[in-house]
Amino acid sequence: MSGPLTNLDRPNSYIGRTVPRPDAKRLLQGRGQYVDDLQLPRMVHAAFVRSPHAHARVKEIDTTAATSLPGVVAIYTAKDFVDHVTPYVGVLTHLQGLRSAPQMPLATDVVRWQGEPVVMVVAHNRAIAEDACGLIEIDFEPLAEVCDAAAALKDDATIIHPEFDSNLAWERLVDSGDVEAIWDRDDVTVIERDFTFGRHTGVTLESRASLVEFNPADETLTYHYSGQAPHMMQAVLAKHLDLPEENVRLVARDVGGSFGIKIHTYGDDVATAIAARLLRRPVKFVADRMESFVSDIHARDHTVHGRIAVDSSGVIAAMEIDDLTGIGPFSMYPRTSAIECNQILNLTGAPYQIENYRARGRVVFQNKNMMCQYRAVGHPVAMAVADGLLEAAAHEINMDVVAIRRKNLIADTAYPATSAAGMKFDDLSHQRALEKLVSMMDYDGLRQSQEEARERGVYRGIGLVSMVEVTNPSPMFYGVGGASISAQDGATVRLDAAGALHVSSSITEQGQGTNTIIAQIAADRFGVDIDRVKVTTGDTATTPYGGGTWASRGAGIGGEAVLLAAQALRQQVLEIAGTILQAAPDSLDINNGQIVDVEGAATRMSLGELGRIVYYRGNELPNDMMPEMIATRHYRVTDFPFVFTNGAMAAHVEVDPETGFVKILDFWAVEDCGRVINPKLVDEQIRGGVIQGIGGALYEECLYSDDGQMLNASMADYLVPMAAEMPDIHIAHIETPTKTSTLGAKGAGEAGTGGAPAALMNAVNDALRPLDASIYQMPMTPQRILRVLGIGKD
Amino acid sequence: MKASDFSYENPNSLNAALALLANQDGDVQLLAGGQSLMPMMNFRLAAPDTLVDLNGVKELQFIQETETSIEIGAMTRYVQLEQSPLVTQHIPLFAKALPHIAHSAIRNRGTIGGSAALADPAAEMPALLIALGATLNLQSLTGQRSVLADDFFLGLYETTLADGEIIESISIPKLASTDRTGFYELARRHGDYAMAGVAVVDRVVGDLASLRVVFFAISDRPVRDQKMEDLLQRPSANDEQQHLKEAIGQLEFHGDLNADAATKQHLAGVVLNRALKEMET
Repeated sequence: MSGPLTNLDRPNSYIGRTVPRPDAKRLLQGRGQYVDDLQLPRMVHAAFVRSPHAHARVKEIDTTAATSLPGVVAIYTAKDFVDHVTPYVGVLTHLQGLRSAPQMPLATDVVRWQGEPVVMVVAHNRAIAEDACGLIEIDFEPLAEVCDAAAALKDDATIIHPEFDSNLAWERLVDSGDVEAIWDRDDVTVIERDFTFGRHTGVTLESRASLVEFNPADETLTYHYSGQAPHMMQAVLAKHLDLPEENVRLVARDVGGSFGIKIHTYGDDVATAIAARLLRRPVKFVADRMESFVSDIHARDHTVHGRIAVDSSGVIAAMEIDDLTGIGPFSMYPRTSAIECNQILNLTGAPYQIENYRARGRVVFQNKNMMCQYRAVGHPVAMAVADGLLEAAAHEINMDVVAIRRKNLIADTAYPATSAAGMKFDDLSHQRALEKLVSMMDYDGLRQSQEEARERGVYRGIGLVSMVEVTNPSPMFYGVGGASISAQDGATVRLDAAGALHVSSSITEQGQGTNTIIAQIAADRFGVDIDRVKVTTGDTATTPYGGGTWASRGAGIGGEAVLLAAQALRQQVLEIAGTILQAAPDSLDINNGQIVDVEGAATRMSLGELGRIVYYRGNELPNDMMPEMIATRHYRVTDFPFVFTNGAMAAHVEVDPETGFVKILDFWAVEDCGRVINPKLVDEQIRGGVIQGIGGALYEECLYSDDGQMLNASMADYLVPMAAEMPDIHIAHIETPTKTSTLGAKGAGEAGTGGAPAALMNAVNDALRPLDASIYQMPMTPQRILRVLGIGKD
Repeated sequence: MKASDFSYENPNSLNAALALLANQDGDVQLLAGGQSLMPMMNFRLAAPDTLVDLNGVKELQFIQETETSIEIGAMTRYVQLEQSPLVTQHIPLFAKALPHIAHSAIRNRGTIGGSAALADPAAEMPALLIALGATLNLQSLTGQRSVLADDFFLGLYETTLADGEIIESISIPKLASTDRTGFYELARRHGDYAMAGVAVVDRVVGDLASLRVVFFAISDRPVRDQKMEDLLQRPSANDEQQHLKEAIGQLEFHGDLNADAATKQHLAGVVLNRALKEMET
């Protein structure tokens, strides 16, 4: 190492510095390459007939008229694929007892949600394919649907998978300490609340898209991919299409957002790969917005009964939650749909010192679109439940919401620590984060202005959240349960003959700036200008094996691999330079692409000159020197199942009790993601996350009719947060580097989404308190707020 | 989400457009700004056999002044209304309401005639036209007729527009500087269709005071209620609010995804009070 990581005065010191994104100009000039930009010779287009029913038997499919439509190339139903794909089941062995039924890309005999693909049409263009879809007649026999999660568990509920005795997919219990001994104690105050979290989804700017080509000459399948886990999909496709893994290549170029949406196995995507293989020509499928809404995974959809006991000094004596979630008719493959519930059980109350904690989670099948992991999996629910209960308890005992957190947060000096649910924590800073938040927002001044506003009849509220975030997961997240999902990542760093650095990494860029921080770390650790670094990601043929970018793991795990590889290459290059220059390698350094003396910093030779000697004039080197000029390093987290981060956030809102409208006046976030590699990118991760959290708290909800029809599957009716309504989001950082790596980076991608809903709910309830009303249902729509105010009830 | 096949006609005069409308077989639809029709076609909720594009009919794009009215060509875009000094001066209600109609990109294309012809009950324009006492001038191959906005909107996406007719222009009586207007809507996000909205025009016509109150986004059409207007014109009674509430209770409300009928009923009262309050200031 050539110095401390954050010495910004060093040449090529990029770690910790806001560096403009090298790819920004290309994207802004419209020269991005998203899947739909790709045009291949002989390419054809797919469209799908999707089930209009939530639950029905497929009796007959008549494709006669569609088949004879000019321009139609092929029409496939489930039976056409039987010999070309093996069914997949979304279970993991470490989620003990989790069950799901085998799934095929197209519905076989029974459709189980509105939007499930039933027939695939391939045609010369998408419009013809859609015309053909309109000509296909399917005779459905509607079956009783089970849409409500609680109703799905009733004795008389229709069983969605007859091979199971109920619609229960998974159940988990956590019991730590003795909560039962607490509730009846005279010296505690017990608060109970029922929380409801609506279904929502991650609306990616670029919708799901696949372009697949199959070369029958060498049996290779190339999948142009918009997603965040190329190696996982390589393994999934190889396994279920029965191809050698090395014959399947996934290539992701630019990806227009993913947020966890594009990391799963979707029937329409698999069908596209099968069709490409059968037709021996490229097949493109780009989900349109309407089919995105009924087929992209949804998330949340939890009802939680929560209970907290605090003593008169505000100390939490016990906490208990009972979570129920509907996941659609299957558990999603291969990550499963039990993870969100599992995270909620693991994370509720995790920032606090709690001895007695009990939790039950139940995951049930229902006839709605599938549910799975979306940004901040489980966090918004866990944080809103714990901090919602905590703030309600604080008010009940007349204690300030900051004071009660000071009382209960795990002390910054107490690490390593283990939570009641068994989570292992280290290097967290809850207390410092809270104090920084309180001072940044001028908490006392804000309380005073809140009082003054109330005197004018203006209802403002302040709400906080203290949170943890799961980042940098180890193999204990998925790999342990049998999934082909890598927890380690690799990076290869190579010096070319002109002195430029080429980095290839297994983490992925989906718009957040991954490639930028890879270049920063490599340039910083090796010693070149960032303009001399070329980054490759997203291609299984040219990158080392690894997990990709999800679960806030890219910077912390992939970044560390880049750091280690760049340092290894640097050492190699210094040894070569030492031989050429007749100097001890440790007397030399690399700065700005030059080999320099450590003492005095005199330039000895350029990397370009070194490259030319190595590659062209090897005769000048000793015979026993065979330079590599390339280094690969891999990294995984070993000491902990996850590297947790922490943060504290606050919202200041104004509620109009006449209309139920909530205006967010300000939002503050203090985040400790360890080493900040690029402050602006981290800030924008936090901001973007907060916005998605605001979406879940106030706007976004997949609305369903009682019979399982999604009612708002368009951008006009599904309300994503828009710029005009968004507040200023003030961000501050605490940097407690994780001891698990040299880089010290933890994740930052999901904090905002995980924390914002809790802070907003607390703020709205704080505003409603003088009106004797409260709301524990998200999104907190104007109508729902009016209802809790008693307006519009029958 | 691709439109099904259709033939496309691009006339450059109103007469040519009228001839196409009259003589083409099958379902013929007019394309104005396309901000509703194009999405409906891509969703395949609309599948015309022939699309007659009015964007080349320049004679339908104008804003002119007469002694008593502002004459607006049906293909005049929202952005042109926003930028017109004549509109700002003589129809201040438009200046208040136009920023609430969707977003700039949509107002750059959307037209006054297109919105009137579509008759979306949640849209602002039909309610504004009724509140302003506008007249729609309709043209067909066989002749011209004028219809008061009050009589034009019949229901959900339904108007008196007959087969073969095109809205040629809209006449809006000028407001005097002493006339007052109010506008208020509640939308989840800026530019969304409202949960409830109202336009109010209080003017002196001849010797008579005339107050018009027109709600939108509460029912299957713009809702004007003369009983309520009478109530509001009476010298303020002690229990005016109660009477208003009762008058609102008499209206028919149609719920949507953001607000059920009960919520709309409540919000109708809120927007009316706020529009009236705005009018006072």
